[in-house]
Amino acid sequence: MAADEPANPWFSWQYVQDNSGDLQHYLQQHLILTVESVAIAMLLAFPLALLAFRFRWLTTPLLGITGVLYTIPSLALFGFIYPFTGLTERTVVVGLVMYALLVLVRNTLAGLDGVPDDVREAARGMGYGRGRMLWKVELPVALPTIMAGVRVATVSTVALVTVGVIVGNGGLGQLIFRGFNSDYHAEILTASLLTVGLGLALDVLLALATRALMPWSRSRS
Amino acid sequence: MSSLNDAFVWLNDPLNWQGPQGVPHLTWEHLYISGFAVGIAAVIAMPLALALGHTGRGGGFTVVVTNVSRAIPTLALLTVFSATAIGFGNRATIIALAVFAIPPLLTNTYVGVRAVDPDVVEAARGMGLSGWAVLTRVELPLAVPLIAAGVRTAAVQVVATATLAALVGGGGLGVIINTGFGQQDPGQIIAGGILVAALALATEIVLALVQRQVTPGRSRGRRAVGGLDAAPLAGPGAGGAEPDNDRGSVAVS
Repeated sequence: MAADEPANPWFSWQYVQDNSGDLQHYLQQHLILTVESVAIAMLLAFPLALLAFRFRWLTTPLLGITGVLYTIPSLALFGFIYPFTGLTERTVVVGLVMYALLVLVRNTLAGLDGVPDDVREAARGMGYGRGRMLWKVELPVALPTIMAGVRVATVSTVALVTVGVIVGNGGLGQLIFRGFNSDYHAEILTASLLTVGLGLALDVLLALATRALMPWSRSRS
Repeated sequence: MSSLNDAFVWLNDPLNWQGPQGVPHLTWEHLYISGFAVGIAAVIAMPLALALGHTGRGGGFTVVVTNVSRAIPTLALLTVFSATAIGFGNRATIIALAVFAIPPLLTNTYVGVRAVDPDVVEAARGMGLSGWAVLTRVELPLAVPLIAAGVRTAAVQVVATATLAALVGGGGLGVIINTGFGQQDPGQIIAGGILVAALALATEIVLALVQRQVTPGRSRGRRAVGGLDAAPLAGPGAGGAEPDNDRGSVAVS
């Protein structure tokens, strides 16, 4: 039936070899967009979470606003940002920062809330002030939950970068889309697998970083 | 801002509300794609999760499914399905979205059944109930609030993600945004964005109300404690299947 059609395999080393330059270029863009977005989101989420931790009434509006942002579909969000930033990488980064905020703020707050009162009491008894308690006691205890948030945000961001294809800056999404438009199966699957691989690799790296940041938990596990 | 004005002009143009590319038809298409996807996912995930939860096996399995699925870009899966024999357009979209709706349904149903007080199950067994009766008359009713949370998460996610179908030749409201980008028309892009965002938020609000209806007072009160209305998201491999019972809630609290 399909005897006349040229072979269109889902994977071919020939494709990988012939297009190693493109693959490398878009993988790099994908990685840079991810790291930029998560880093900026962390810089914003961290102070916001600390503020909400200090002033409890801020918690509900903060989680409400980030929650609404999270519910807006990515294509629509890029559409809202596009008139300001055009067909640039910036459109993608701004959108991805907005998505990462919810997870990061929520996990940081949950981590700080999860610090046992006994621990706080003990620190206060030892004469710790508010600032020193935060840095020396509360943040280290909250670190596993905070890092869990960073990992979820990173993996989701890697997946979402592909939607940046709508403004021409989707990292490996560009190749997925190009493969779709030219019905080139090998290109679609290679780029897809690289995206999944990048997400999982960053997740493993962050897991290792978490362990390195928390030497005290190593002996326990 | 002129783009916003253009968006309202677009939304007020009667021509955009008629025919197969009109807003009502695209909205309907968006909703039936989403409904089918969640339905298929529920038929697959729920019996499996109930069985796993009832026997107490497979906790690790649900965690792995959830974590791996997070790393797979929806766009990739949509494209792969659209490029295969499964077909162009809505059928491919429905299947791809169903795949993404399975993890929240699986995790929440599983955790819902596992979270049933063991004493209650023990008492039911002591009264002579069979395994099947324990599942259908004790565990399932008590798991309903968490199952409802899973349905809500899955449905909101699917409605949001269905927008991407337009990129690979599918239908739904994403078509408006995609066409807008194709024509470099910011007004239309924003108009489409407003419609899609409104539909996603409406789904979230309606299902949050449904979830409230089926959740007994005790757990509703629990959520208010501490001002945090959400459980933290468990990181991949953080251990334990976390119920995704409240991602960024809008309507409640």
